[in-house]
Amino acid sequence: MSSRLNFIPARLLQAIPVVFGVTLLVFFMAHLLPGDPAIAMLGDKATEERIAALRTQLGLDQPIWVQYGIFLAHLGQANLGDSLTYGRPVTELVLRAVPVTLSLVLFALVLSMVIGIPLAGLAATRPNGVNDLAVRTYTLVGQGMPQFWVGIMLILFLSLKLRLFPVGGYGSNITDHVYYLFVPALTLAIALSPTLIRSLRSSTINVLGSEYIATARSKGSGGVALFRQHVLRNAIIPTVSILGVNLGYLMGGSIIIEKVFALPGLGSLMLNAIFSRDFPTIQGVTLFVALFVVLIGILTDVVYTLLDPRVNFGSKERE
Amino acid sequence: MTTPTAVLAGYQAKRRAVRPRSRKPWYKNGSLVAGMTIVGLLVLMAVLAPVIAPYDPIQQDLTATLQSPSAAHWLGTDKFGRDVLSRLIWGARVNLRIGFLAVLIPFVFGSVLGGIAGYFGGWIDAIIMRIVDVFFAFPFYVMVIALVFILGAGEASIYLAIAAVSWVSYAKIVRGEVLVAKKQDYVVGARLGGMSHTRVLVRHIGPNVLSQAIIYGMSDIVMDIMAVVTLGYLGLGIAPPTAEWGSMILDGQEFITTLWQQATIPGLIVVVTSLGVSWLGDGLSDLLSPDRRK
Amino acid sequence: MLETPLPGVTELPGVTNLLSVTDLTLGVKRSNSSTVIVDSVSFDVATGDRFGIVGESGSGKSMTLRAIANLLPVGVQVMSGSIRYNGQELVGMNRGKRRGLMGPEIAMIFQEPMTALNPVMRVGEQIAEGPRRHLGLSRKAAMDLAVSMMGRTGIPDPARRALAYPHELSGGLRQRIMIAMAISCRPKLILCDEPTTALDVTVQRQVLRLLEELCDDFGASLVFVTHDLAVVNQTCRNLAVMYAGRMVETGRVKDVFRDPRHPYTKGLLDSAPDFDQPHRPLIPIPGFPANLANRPNACAFAPRCPFVRDHCLEESPPLAPVEPGRDAACFYSDEIFKKVTV
Repeated sequence: MSSRLNFIPARLLQAIPVVFGVTLLVFFMAHLLPGDPAIAMLGDKATEERIAALRTQLGLDQPIWVQYGIFLAHLGQANLGDSLTYGRPVTELVLRAVPVTLSLVLFALVLSMVIGIPLAGLAATRPNGVNDLAVRTYTLVGQGMPQFWVGIMLILFLSLKLRLFPVGGYGSNITDHVYYLFVPALTLAIALSPTLIRSLRSSTINVLGSEYIATARSKGSGGVALFRQHVLRNAIIPTVSILGVNLGYLMGGSIIIEKVFALPGLGSLMLNAIFSRDFPTIQGVTLFVALFVVLIGILTDVVYTLLDPRVNFGSKERE
Repeated sequence: MTTPTAVLAGYQAKRRAVRPRSRKPWYKNGSLVAGMTIVGLLVLMAVLAPVIAPYDPIQQDLTATLQSPSAAHWLGTDKFGRDVLSRLIWGARVNLRIGFLAVLIPFVFGSVLGGIAGYFGGWIDAIIMRIVDVFFAFPFYVMVIALVFILGAGEASIYLAIAAVSWVSYAKIVRGEVLVAKKQDYVVGARLGGMSHTRVLVRHIGPNVLSQAIIYGMSDIVMDIMAVVTLGYLGLGIAPPTAEWGSMILDGQEFITTLWQQATIPGLIVVVTSLGVSWLGDGLSDLLSPDRRK
Repeated sequence: MLETPLPGVTELPGVTNLLSVTDLTLGVKRSNSSTVIVDSVSFDVATGDRFGIVGESGSGKSMTLRAIANLLPVGVQVMSGSIRYNGQELVGMNRGKRRGLMGPEIAMIFQEPMTALNPVMRVGEQIAEGPRRHLGLSRKAAMDLAVSMMGRTGIPDPARRALAYPHELSGGLRQRIMIAMAISCRPKLILCDEPTTALDVTVQRQVLRLLEELCDDFGASLVFVTHDLAVVNQTCRNLAVMYAGRMVETGRVKDVFRDPRHPYTKGLLDSAPDFDQPHRPLIPIPGFPANLANRPNACAFAPRCPFVRDHCLEESPPLAPVEPGRDAACFYSDEIFKKVTV
């Protein structure tokens, strides 16, 4: 079994050019800013000495590839520069914000599965039936609602009218965190569930038509047991890839949700940095998120391999 | 299998494939009709805004701020005394225009690159796909927000930012379709008959492949409208005082306890717009490739 | 030639047949019309019997089997008729009770083992599933039972193989897994839907022998659906021939093969290669299989029958006895065939 995971080193190797590309793109962000990069990066904190110091530090007088080299060297030391607004290393700010965003995204993933799996199953058992139409309507509407607006509506109902949940914020201990994250995660889950449901519904319909489901029924399996042991185990496989791809989109969505609910995660960090023209932070967060998405891509392949024993990435070229 | 009969069979198959073969006429296609109606009405509303909007959307009236819906102002007034209904109607111009136009550049750019990658294969394909992977690693909103920051606020930046991010999906789709189409007999036959690469791409592979890109384009329009609205909400979109649905929701959020309509109604209009465009896309999908299951 | 039930097999007093199908009619119901797929089929299977159902593709034989196993595809329903198993009526039985029968009483073996096995579950677990559910065995005990069943079906090194996934095994092994799965709860009735069609000829023989052995050991009855006459000849004692959804002939295999009483059966035998008479010409049956959608009130085989007469086009012949223990659905069976066999 473990031999099928042998593809991981090769996959990591494959990811390296992409990682380089990502760093290149982020590096060039600084040079896309109008005017002198050092002045742009320092913003309104720019003084003659500071500009000079930064120029030396980043090697801005050197050829561009040397600058890139310096950039990469800094990255190797996990040095993303210092935040203009807070004066702290960007790396530190990012690491402090990551748990919040990560918890939010994971919580949203779980909730979207809680919502999506039963709905997809319901829709797939009788395609084009009443349940199916209802679920598909939900999917269509769900994809048409702006995420932040859904968040605001949920606040309106759950927090303001019904007073069941807080309006925003993060809380101070673990239980608090879960409580405060629920509505934001629900918002993201509502945004993600249509994609999940569409894919799962389609693959469930396929699975239900297979011979091995007939075999399982011939052994007396049925109802929820059949769904859990046989149908879901097979139907979830293609959905895993799709979820993996959408996780990146989800991280982007969490930026906005963090603003709506005042959560101190990466998204808030990024947005505040934009408004205070804190370029190093913008660069740092962007880089971190992009690298994380690449990692998720690899993880998705791993999960896929674990779920489907027929798959063997290592043996032949995929695509 | 590249005998003359195969080539002929291929040509006939291709002609059948490109011509729409839906089982029912377009006006009976529920999604298509519903989509066209909704989108049509919205476009009409946008075009006729000067005529049907009761007030000037940016005209402030500081004596009449934050009013509840009334006969004079059907949706009330915002914190600057502007009529919310008029802003809603005029906002359609901005949101719809940008949403629809923003797909054009990524569509063209992404399809061309994807087509080249898929058709020529080899190292061209490898390079283009690596570039696609790099861009794909940046979540949509992260990239858009960062780019809007770099390029400055304004409509042009929004187009550029969206283009920079969404071209990858078109590239992937078109590449996938071209890879499949490349192997069809009619293409092999055409190449054997001495047709140039360009001719094959444009006249034979193109029509089939582009229909998939167009169908994706419809859902991309929904995403772009969503993006414009979201940027407006974040304060990164079209600058005030221009009426725009996203910034309206931002304005309305402050007063959600008392004047909930101002945050809710613009959102509902976005939902309706998205539904309309989605149905239009579904209907188009039925027309252009009825054999494909969604 | 089993007249008396095997020891250890319980049954209700007064009932000699394990399975009794009477006038079973299956169809597809649409909003304003319905298409009949299987038309008034009746047959009995005694305890320990091996019963074959023969016919072309589309004759309805698989559907009949699936109706017994409660595995009809979506849209196909039992429109009328009865299926009695061990005295109990299966049609309309409560769902939970019906599921309880599948495994310990009735089991099914499918045609294509690659698609009939769950690709993401180890084969041992798949075999163990039935015993865990129906016999209440623990996980370990059920696994041990699965391994022993695998050994029983002739799979070498069963303990190791039990951990494999279906795609890692050959076609023959996969079919043995299916058989092991079917017998794991010691059912009394085994339904086989073309279990050897997807296999090589050499493997076919082995699998058939295995099935016969197991049936003898466990005292189980076999209902075997196939289009391959040679297989029926080897494995079954009694058979029924189906055409266009109707049963056209029944009887003992030896008798029917030696002396068919229905023109279709005769046509089948004439068109099949026979190793004992290698130079006999193969006579195909002209025409195409009947279209189930148009069912005029006439003999279904009439358009292709070499012995057709006017009356055949006016009325559909019922399945009627032509001799004790033999039925045929042909008005002129006696005239056509008793003349030939003197």
